[in-house]
Amino acid sequence: MKILKICSIILSTLFVSSFAIASDMKVGFIMVGPLDDHGWNYQHSVGIKAINEAFGDKVETIYQENVPEGPDAERVMTQMVLSGADMIFATSFGHMDPVINVAKKFPDVKFEHATGFKTADNVSTYSARFYEGRSVIGHIAGKVTKSNKIGYVASYPIPEVVRGINSAYLAAKAANPDVEFKVIWIFTWFDPAKEADAAKTLIQQGADVIMQHVDSSAIMTVAEEAGVFAYGQASDMSEFGPNAHLTAIINGWGPYYVKRVKEAMDGTWKGKQETFDGIGDGMVIIGKMSDKIPASVRKEAQDLADSIASGDIHPFTGPINKQDGSPWLADGEEADIGTLLGMNFYVEGIEGDIPQ
Amino acid sequence: MLKIEPRKNRSNFLEVSAPVIAVILTMIFGGFLFLSMGKNPFEAIKLIFWDPIMSPTFSEYSRPQLVIKAAPLILIALGLSFGFRANIWNIGAEGQYIMGALFSGSIGLALYPLDAWFIFPLMILGGIIGGIFWAMIPAILKIKFNTNEILVSLMLVYVAEQILALASISFLRNPEGLGFPGSRDLSKYPSASNPELIANSGIHVGVICSFIAVVFLTYFLTYHRLGFQIKLIGQAPKAAKFSGVNVNYIVIFCLGLSGGLAGIAGMFELTGPAGLINIDFNVGYGFTAIIVAFLGRLHPIGILFAGLLMSLTYVGGELAQFMLSIPAAAIQVFQGMLLFFLLSTDLLVSYKISFNLGINNSNPKSKSE
Amino acid sequence: MDFSDINFSLLIASLIVAATPILLAALGELVAEKSGVLNLGVEGMMIFGAISGFIITIETKNPWLGFLCSSIGGILLASIFAVVTQIFRANQVASGLALTLFGLGFSALLGQSYTGLKPVSFPDMHIPILADIPVIGIILFQHDFIVYFSIFAVFLVYYLFRKSHFGLIIKAVGENHDSAHALGYNVILIRFFTILLGGALAGLGGGYLSLVRVPQWTEGMTAGAGWIALALVVFASWQPFRLLIGAYIFGGITLLQLNLQALGLEINVALLSMSPYLVTIGVLVFMSARRNKNSLEAPKSLGKTFFGL
Repeated sequence: MKILKICSIILSTLFVSSFAIASDMKVGFIMVGPLDDHGWNYQHSVGIKAINEAFGDKVETIYQENVPEGPDAERVMTQMVLSGADMIFATSFGHMDPVINVAKKFPDVKFEHATGFKTADNVSTYSARFYEGRSVIGHIAGKVTKSNKIGYVASYPIPEVVRGINSAYLAAKAANPDVEFKVIWIFTWFDPAKEADAAKTLIQQGADVIMQHVDSSAIMTVAEEAGVFAYGQASDMSEFGPNAHLTAIINGWGPYYVKRVKEAMDGTWKGKQETFDGIGDGMVIIGKMSDKIPASVRKEAQDLADSIASGDIHPFTGPINKQDGSPWLADGEEADIGTLLGMNFYVEGIEGDIPQ
Repeated sequence: MLKIEPRKNRSNFLEVSAPVIAVILTMIFGGFLFLSMGKNPFEAIKLIFWDPIMSPTFSEYSRPQLVIKAAPLILIALGLSFGFRANIWNIGAEGQYIMGALFSGSIGLALYPLDAWFIFPLMILGGIIGGIFWAMIPAILKIKFNTNEILVSLMLVYVAEQILALASISFLRNPEGLGFPGSRDLSKYPSASNPELIANSGIHVGVICSFIAVVFLTYFLTYHRLGFQIKLIGQAPKAAKFSGVNVNYIVIFCLGLSGGLAGIAGMFELTGPAGLINIDFNVGYGFTAIIVAFLGRLHPIGILFAGLLMSLTYVGGELAQFMLSIPAAAIQVFQGMLLFFLLSTDLLVSYKISFNLGINNSNPKSKSE
Repeated sequence: MDFSDINFSLLIASLIVAATPILLAALGELVAEKSGVLNLGVEGMMIFGAISGFIITIETKNPWLGFLCSSIGGILLASIFAVVTQIFRANQVASGLALTLFGLGFSALLGQSYTGLKPVSFPDMHIPILADIPVIGIILFQHDFIVYFSIFAVFLVYYLFRKSHFGLIIKAVGENHDSAHALGYNVILIRFFTILLGGALAGLGGGYLSLVRVPQWTEGMTAGAGWIALALVVFASWQPFRLLIGAYIFGGITLLQLNLQALGLEINVALLSMSPYLVTIGVLVFMSARRNKNSLEAPKSLGKTFFGL
């Protein structure tokens, strides 16, 4: 062990000063998976780039990939703070309790947690109204489907996912009353082979538009080969399926990240904020629409997106019944945020059950 | 050509220097890996091996963290090492770890929000029972039907993972969690939580427990009759049978011990650092512990050091990742290299290697071309 | 319930495709286990095969070369395992786990600039005349080369252990390495060979995943397929044809589950997902309880290190 010690002492004396970088602020990110997943985590890395472009040398960004949702996250965040980070973005739901725990220990450090529901004086949350985007792609799906069967590959039966299915269904149904949804739950966020299998199954059962709420781009590849349509999830995925790709729901974290970092620098940043932004604020971006969508439908979809953005249309506007036929929203009534955040039921017309 | 003979006396010098050689080899090869990625190899290696222990910025926090991260690895590896010595191969500690957490978690969650002193001890018991229960399946099948325990225990890991997934989205789901998967946070439930023993260090009962287990099992292995029998079975199974060792009893004991310790590790992890049961509650401690057991040469003291070294590569690896933007994958490769070198250099300790150049040797049957 | 949405011949055809990666990997592991080597690094070898094949296919635009290199990738990784366990006599279980860790990391590192690319597609080979038979044609004769190869390999392995002298030697080594050694067989060399063969097949299985089944490269894309392959070998009780059937059952359960869901049926996914493993344990118990049929049991020296004399 002596040799080891001597080596280390030599090393430590040689390279001590290398971490001193002069910047006003240091911002740390933790991601649940690899950065280059072309989905959820990748878009957060786009957000990091936006920070770097906006502030240049004034803000130093650090990140760590593959941080599991548990005690490891707590350690990584603490170490980031110890290394001098003034602000931490934790980008996965399961980082929630670790964020709260670390935030308690470092009241002067600012924390931002994506998709969670716990805040503190120095913790704010942010999430996007992805269901607004789902409404737009649901409308397109209703219009372009020939078989009237739309496949949906879903991850876990959590409110976020259920909300997306309902929103997409309502819009598709409004666009095309004959439309039918086929939902497969695969109980994982990321398993390319399983996602591909699920997509193939849906295609074999006649679906000609596939939607997904799982993270990899496998479904797009499968759709391209089978000659059906699909949508990009979190990122534009047209490189995986130039013909299949109708459009994408892109997570636009950049503007929010830049805004919050700026507020932190100016001293106007506040905790206990619960941001829940949609198309209107640029947090949900409808990607480039494919030429495969008829021009009239493209226009309708754009109009729908614009109306949602301006607040004229809410994707969940009554009359809407629950799956069992019991009334949920009366005519003209808009869904309240509490019900949306805890949504655990299908709306009327969707077949099958949410697994429990 | 190459001749390998068991050493009569394990060399003490080599026993200590072999792991050092392995670490140095890893530093060299790993250094080239980091260099090839355009990172300063000295800085990266310093961040991994030195900073968590000695740097003024991190060490105060990282030192206890090293022990916390090592604790479940040590506990599980300790249990496994006894079986491994007796050629009983439990490789399903991951499943036993999950079941320990599920059993204890179910108890805690069922009694929520009752405030009583007996809940935590009851949960510890639940953890032990859960782990033992899962380990007894391969044990009993081995005794009754001579079924291969390696394979049964491995299969049971997959089954346990599915039960965990089921539990976290259905019967153990937090009713106030807005429908998200995962149970209540037990670390916030005073009667069931496994609190810090030293303020701000994060050190919990499980850490202390793993140290006690090291001491106790060292004693047990050296002085207890059962410890002797386990060693005997491993080294000379026939002699063991003749001398009246009840092999079935040893199978039950070894699998029970490893299952119980894995279960208790799951329980401490659940009530302490992790806090809640969720789909990805298990992060592979049960499998990593197998490596730790071998790195520690199946000896409790060795396992203690191996667990700490393993934990150092995690904690230090994280530092290297975000300080130098080294991808997580590179750290994984680095860990893999370290393991290969450590496992390989073990040969130096237990065996004497000599080259002879075609001169007729004493054993006519050994063809090694 | 309307089952007319399910096209059963397409379902069976796609389960054959879905099962091919695990079939190949499991077949390789079967040969290795027969010689007494338990290599838990299948997952690592598969994913390394996946990235090796993918990189070569992207660079050369030739999927055939890609498959060749995915095999070579598997062999490279397996050779680390072989050196560590056979020359340095390290424990197989620990080394296999380390190999998985290493393979996952190394493949991710190599693949960093290869995400988001699309490999040249690998054509199906419609077998003349046979492919046109209704139903059976779709199920059996409209696949790609690797699917046919995987089935052919099953026959080959069957032949190896049933008919060939070399197969007997492998089995002898796996049953009792000391007596095999005493008979003059080079245990180490034979195990080296089976480990590398296992690597080649696991790598090919991984390549099939990244080049045909998904087809793209994503970090960690095997997502546990290697572990399923390990279970499959046991399920098949080391018999090549049972392995073939087992692979289709394992693949079939997943696909059937997806199909039923798409029909709107409520099913217990967790229960269904754990069923193959429970059945595997059942098979194991059944096999070991019937002591008279020795050939159906695990090789006696499985996982044990041969130290030579």
